[in-house]
Amino acid sequence: MPSDPLVAQHVLEFPGGYTRTTGPVIGRFLSELRGRRIVGARTAEGRVLVPPLEYDPATGEPVTGEYVEVGPAGTVTAWAWVHEPLDGHPLDRPFAWALIKLDGADTALVHAVCPEHPKAMEAGMRVWPIWRDQPTGHITDISYFAPEVTKIVSNVRSEYRLQAGGALRVFFEGIQRGVFLGGRCDQCDKVYVPYRAACPECGGVIPETRELPDTGTITTFAINNLPDPRAPQVPFVSAYILLDHADIPMIALIGDVPAHEVRQGMRVKAVWVPESERTASMANIRWFAPTGEPDVELS
Amino acid sequence: MNRCAVIGVGQTHYTTRRRDVSIAGLVREAALRALEDAGLTFKDIDAVVIGKAPDLFEGVMMPEAYLADALGAAGKPMMRVHTAGSVGGSTALVGASLIQGGVHDRVLVVAFEKQSESNATWALSTHLPFSSSLVVGAGGYFAPHIREYMRRSAAPDHIGTLVAVKDRLNALKNPYAHLKIPGIDQKMVESTPMLWEPIRYLETCPSSDGACAMVLSSESAVTGTPAWVHGTAMRSEPIFRASRDTVSPQAGKDCAADVYRQAGIADPRRQIDVAETYVPFSWYEPMWLENLGFAAEGEGWKLTESGATALDGDIPWNASGGVLSSNPIGASGLIRFAEAALQVRGMAGEHQVDGARTALGHAYGGGAQFFAMWIVGREKL
Repeated sequence: MPSDPLVAQHVLEFPGGYTRTTGPVIGRFLSELRGRRIVGARTAEGRVLVPPLEYDPATGEPVTGEYVEVGPAGTVTAWAWVHEPLDGHPLDRPFAWALIKLDGADTALVHAVCPEHPKAMEAGMRVWPIWRDQPTGHITDISYFAPEVTKIVSNVRSEYRLQAGGALRVFFEGIQRGVFLGGRCDQCDKVYVPYRAACPECGGVIPETRELPDTGTITTFAINNLPDPRAPQVPFVSAYILLDHADIPMIALIGDVPAHEVRQGMRVKAVWVPESERTASMANIRWFAPTGEPDVELS
Repeated sequence: MNRCAVIGVGQTHYTTRRRDVSIAGLVREAALRALEDAGLTFKDIDAVVIGKAPDLFEGVMMPEAYLADALGAAGKPMMRVHTAGSVGGSTALVGASLIQGGVHDRVLVVAFEKQSESNATWALSTHLPFSSSLVVGAGGYFAPHIREYMRRSAAPDHIGTLVAVKDRLNALKNPYAHLKIPGIDQKMVESTPMLWEPIRYLETCPSSDGACAMVLSSESAVTGTPAWVHGTAMRSEPIFRASRDTVSPQAGKDCAADVYRQAGIADPRRQIDVAETYVPFSWYEPMWLENLGFAAEGEGWKLTESGATALDGDIPWNASGGVLSSNPIGASGLIRFAEAALQVRGMAGEHQVDGARTALGHAYGGGAQFFAMWIVGREKL
């Protein structure tokens, strides 16, 4: 669309900018700011005005000439959120204009507060000044106020190298071949799977492995509605499966059946990945799937 | 064995995030309140026992070392106890044993958790290599055992929701409780999603920040209002054991039998006035009612359904709102023990059970494999 010749832009700006003589009180305030200190003026009644004035606005009396260092931290008393900063605003990202009562002051200073999120803004929040690099004696020597530090992030990381040895290695060698290896404690007459070298009940040695079938019975289960990287979908069923001839259940994923059709007593069989994909890992067993046999009556 | 008494109890408010304090500040808050209750200062304490659940929760390894001086333990014996979720109970019992054994006259026991520093489900599901356990957090572990309880007892489905409502109503009377849900009812609980079926969202405990502390004393060093320890017991059992009963673990039965024997209790339902038990998932109330001998096997849910365990019932369970309402894990067991003491001291405030003379404190942990219990009474045994 061609521009309308009867519409014009006009800029009114004094070249180089207006000057402002500060007078002794504001001048002191700005000089202190340049030194990264914030001061207020004491009134005859003992109140501390920040930013300072030459007079007490309540009585019109001159202030005492005493300067009091305040802050640097303060408390937000009121605020308004700026969703879209404008030219001339102190920040180019969303921020709050806030009334900040600096510690030791009796009046509030207007300045910008920039939290990470507007939800963090509230009356009563504690804020601290963020100073600009090269102070010049201007209110913008304080770039903005930021929330008090109340939390740090502490990265703790431990890295281990785990080596499956002993009984566990034996068990996984079986898994690689597509076989569950258990072991029987002669003392207790109990069959443990995975294979373990000692009985958890009596401490006796379990000298030999025993191959167990890959069929069993679901004794109980949970339907998990929380996602898990190890499960193919949500909901997924994690079940206690008592392998045939074993005396202790193992926990495994149930598949090939809708979660809400899984039953206690259901007969299941391991679904192995193809032989070419097998490793010494439980990933060899995709899940257990129903065999279709009648349910087992649980005691 | 020397007599032991609880002479001071201190708790922080339990909440999702205590942003305003460090861990040291949190435990000090509870400790100083317990000392104030006992009319004592750190100077009057002989030894400090600290309890908390796995270090992975806050990522502070061996926090007891860093907390020792925050708890006034400089120059004194200090130790840390760790028995998973039952640790708060075990911490109280280790402290009590130092009094009962005549080693010390006054012991400060403190337990805490600041769950907001990480995420408990993450910390409990670290997916170690060579395992495919598929258990997601504590709820994922306990859900199958709850299902098995429901099958064996043929309990109706709504029993869990009754406990979820009852404990939260009690919490409304406890100024320190975390979850305050005015107007909570069965319908509200039933409307929340199943997380680990059969466990619904509102049938689980919250994640809390908080600390609890007690001052334990020998008979000669008692100040203020004592709760007398009538019996203490701990038991454990291997988690992987053939024929282990995960619904009603033998260690729990044995622990209860031991503590009842010491306290001269033959019929817990009649002789105990109030019980603070570790019920992090609502169904564990009927399960523990049976395990602890308050009801016959398969009958626990009937006691819950009858209202007997409500604040105005004949055997109130978790008058404080329990773990279902506040769960700074490491402290949760100690809170049960402390609330039992508050009841017999007559200092439980709005959730006081009238005339409570004998109370049970109970905690369990791990895969229901660690148990800690005590009986406290208004009178000396």
